[in-house]
Amino acid sequence: MSTPMVSMRGVEKHFGDLHVLRSIDLDVAPREVVVVIGPSGSGKSTLCRTINRLEPIDAGEIRVDGELLPVEGPQLAQLRADVGMVFQSFNLFGHLSVLDNVMLAPLKVRKVARATARDEAMALLERVGIADKADRVPAQLSGGQQQRAAIARSLAMHPKLMLFDEPTSALDPEMVNEVLEVMASLAADGMTMVVVTHEMGFARRAADRVVFMDAGSIVEEAPPAEFFDATRSERARSFLSNVLAH
Amino acid sequence: MSALIENLDPLLRALGTTVLILVVSAVGSLVLGVLVTVARVSPIPVLRGAAFAYVQVFVNIPLLALLLLFVFALPDAGLLMPLTTTVIVVLVVYEAAYVAEAVRSGINTVAAGQVEAARALGLRLSQTLRFVVVPQAVRAVVQPLGNVMIALLMNTALAATVGVVELTSAVNKVNLVAAQPIPIFTAAGLTYMALALAIGLAAGRIEKKVAIHR
Repeated sequence: MSTPMVSMRGVEKHFGDLHVLRSIDLDVAPREVVVVIGPSGSGKSTLCRTINRLEPIDAGEIRVDGELLPVEGPQLAQLRADVGMVFQSFNLFGHLSVLDNVMLAPLKVRKVARATARDEAMALLERVGIADKADRVPAQLSGGQQQRAAIARSLAMHPKLMLFDEPTSALDPEMVNEVLEVMASLAADGMTMVVVTHEMGFARRAADRVVFMDAGSIVEEAPPAEFFDATRSERARSFLSNVLAH
Repeated sequence: MSALIENLDPLLRALGTTVLILVVSAVGSLVLGVLVTVARVSPIPVLRGAAFAYVQVFVNIPLLALLLLFVFALPDAGLLMPLTTTVIVVLVVYEAAYVAEAVRSGINTVAAGQVEAARALGLRLSQTLRFVVVPQAVRAVVQPLGNVMIALLMNTALAATVGVVELTSAVNKVNLVAAQPIPIFTAAGLTYMALALAIGLAAGRIEKKVAIHR
């Protein structure tokens, strides 16, 4: 088997007295789409954020593409440049146009020529369907458009791995689908993805594997068909019956 | 009115001193205040503590007490400076504490998510500050800094108490001879108002210039 894109071994994390991650072991293969679900407070967001070290861990080790996560510094910045991240609250840079948001990191981190960066940014905005908003600032866009811009901003760095931290949780219901469409097309193109979400439909449709977390531990992991139709653990069953009841 | 016209020359010279103290102290306190803020938000605990202590000390001592201390204690300690210079030094260290507080509150208006997004894209800390944090913090900081500068202008009048002949001291002298307090002090008040208005307008223009156009 090839080197896993993400490899977590015995990962532990505390927030003060709260034990948020308990001996997490998880591998994500290249081109695999792993969807992480679980009740709020289960540690799934924290798990996602440890992979590019936005949250440092207390014990264990995390490798990205075979490389141990470096400590904070230029090397970590380099690794983060190769790992895209999409946030629940979009976090587009408020003072920059959508186009400049997408171009900033290629220009400053990759030192790409301005004309090249511009062409590529426009192509990405075209791909996520908001090329006509290129000159607007984020506040002028709807939530769904902002999140699609944020995805384009990550893609501009040609990441080998994309992390999605509840990308649709802050969106109005009618905007969820436009973001999920973009994510599903990325998955279909073979992007390696770790997706923390409450969208069970997306998990069923786009995931290669579903990971269910509760109270800081991975309770169950299985391909989506097996996870949803033949749930093994009692905790996952009661979680699913709560979220799928309506 | 005649008292003002007869003494126009020394009054204008005193106004010049006021403006000189204002401009030099403004530049000095802005520079020092930004340095204190950088220390205040730096990852080094010693620097953070020192900057915190600096702000606490100077925000909690009356300016007049500080002026008297510097003017009478420094020569005793063997450091003799011209009076105007001493006043400028005191105003710089005093106002820098307020500048630091204003700038820090501006940085706090930039959401933590902005920094996280920049770091997640691979920007280094210095790039994150330069391209993401500072351009957004500036917008929130212009107006409060304008207010600090107006307060600085008013505080220059305290220089009169330690013998510097600036605007307040000069009009006081003219009044002692001419005994026309209403026109004399009204004129001085209007002059301060005009200067404060100029600072306020300048701050407003700068704020418009750096605003996000939407």
